[in-house]
Amino acid sequence: MSFAAIVWLKMIVAVVATALFVAVSVIFLVYLERKVAGHVQRRPGPFEVGPHGILQTFADAVKLLSKQPLKPDGADPILFWLAPIAAFAPALLLLMPVPFGPVLTGLEVNPGILLILSFSGMNVLALCLAGWGSNNKWALLGAARSVAQAVGYEIPLLLAVLAVTFTSGTLNLSEMTANQGPYPWRWNIVLQPLAFCIFFICAVAETNRNPFDLPEAESELTAGFHTEYSGMGFGLFFLAEYTNMIVVCSVCTSLFLGGWQGPFLPGFWWFLAKMYVLLLVMMWFRWTFPRLRFDQLLNLNWKWLLPLSLVNLVITVLAVSLF
Amino acid sequence: MGEDVLELWSLVKGLAVTGTFFFSRQVTVHYPRAVVDNLATFRGPIELSPDPEDSMRPLCIACMTCASTCPAGAISVIRKKAPKAEGGKDDEKEVARNAPKVPEKYLYDYTLCCQCGLCAENCPKGAIRFSGNPFTASPDKKDFTFDLLMKFERNKD
Repeated sequence: MSFAAIVWLKMIVAVVATALFVAVSVIFLVYLERKVAGHVQRRPGPFEVGPHGILQTFADAVKLLSKQPLKPDGADPILFWLAPIAAFAPALLLLMPVPFGPVLTGLEVNPGILLILSFSGMNVLALCLAGWGSNNKWALLGAARSVAQAVGYEIPLLLAVLAVTFTSGTLNLSEMTANQGPYPWRWNIVLQPLAFCIFFICAVAETNRNPFDLPEAESELTAGFHTEYSGMGFGLFFLAEYTNMIVVCSVCTSLFLGGWQGPFLPGFWWFLAKMYVLLLVMMWFRWTFPRLRFDQLLNLNWKWLLPLSLVNLVITVLAVSLF
Repeated sequence: MGEDVLELWSLVKGLAVTGTFFFSRQVTVHYPRAVVDNLATFRGPIELSPDPEDSMRPLCIACMTCASTCPAGAISVIRKKAPKAEGGKDDEKEVARNAPKVPEKYLYDYTLCCQCGLCAENCPKGAIRFSGNPFTASPDKKDFTFDLLMKFERNKD
């Protein structure tokens, strides 16, 4: 086999494996989310479909697949159907440069983190298209909110990542992980606790999760940008939301929590465990905090996160150049 | 500034509350497999109490107090007819006086009942009580009109 053929084969295997991983994870995460919601409110959560409700997500998926996709009158026929595809399509690409294990990386590229950050911007575009194409005032308001939110929160997120890249001296996620050690005191979170907090808060905001779920605030905007979507149109947005959660949590794991590094167990399991802890914290946030008001959302970003991340960056630069 | 830090602390407190709830015992009762333990306090459809001396008979004396006090008109009692009189008018009066003080039918419409308890409160014999039976679901409205004497009829067989 020629070299090109091997590269192509590796790409195809990586894409298929990532798609499988995403599908299984999303099904499990939806179940987990509902169970966490239930237990936080002292309810059992889904319980009736299968033992302890483990088949609930499959039932929901079948329901979504079998529903008729409807387009409202006056909606833009191209943009309306492009939006859910544009929301989910980059999600698989975002997981490609993530090192799931010592050699388990879909696409080994030098500016890996840059690739993820630039393509994650596609999600905002998708929400924008959905809001604009729906011909619905709630959807449009949701899209406008999501743009304001994403533009604001991208900046402290980038600055937090920048601080970490200064300390590790690379943009390659595999190398960043390799630079950290198996035990917590050698992880980047010890060097950059503030950057970790800022990154995680911004990640929650970027994925439109509570308490930053203003683009889909049920009480004000019915369902925000996906108000008009039924069946698999909604399903793709749902899938994209959970895939983006997996992406930000896996990036956070590789950047701050030592990625696949860990004692005794093989790397993949450590990566999975750390990622799921972060996902659980995200769910914990969702079922604890009420939604922010829009001015609070922007104040938090521009008055707190941005100055803090700048201060953090300056201190990091000074520390790196002096020592 | 100080207030903002305090608010940050309140977020931590909130997480602690939900975190404790996550690990504490659930309060949901899995209904078809288990029922709540305070069913006796439930005000279900009313029922007639049996006579303590003869459990085959209700305490009811068919005085119609319940039917006239019921604000919703959910109760209608039909008194048992006396046996036919033989002879003149005086006899008829005599028969009416001696007519048994027992209900023939005690019709109760649960769809009208508002569970106010006035019937039970005003009954001179204390013959009415709430049954505490929550299992009264039915797809047909007609199923909610009962004859409360049926319970005693069934006991006789």
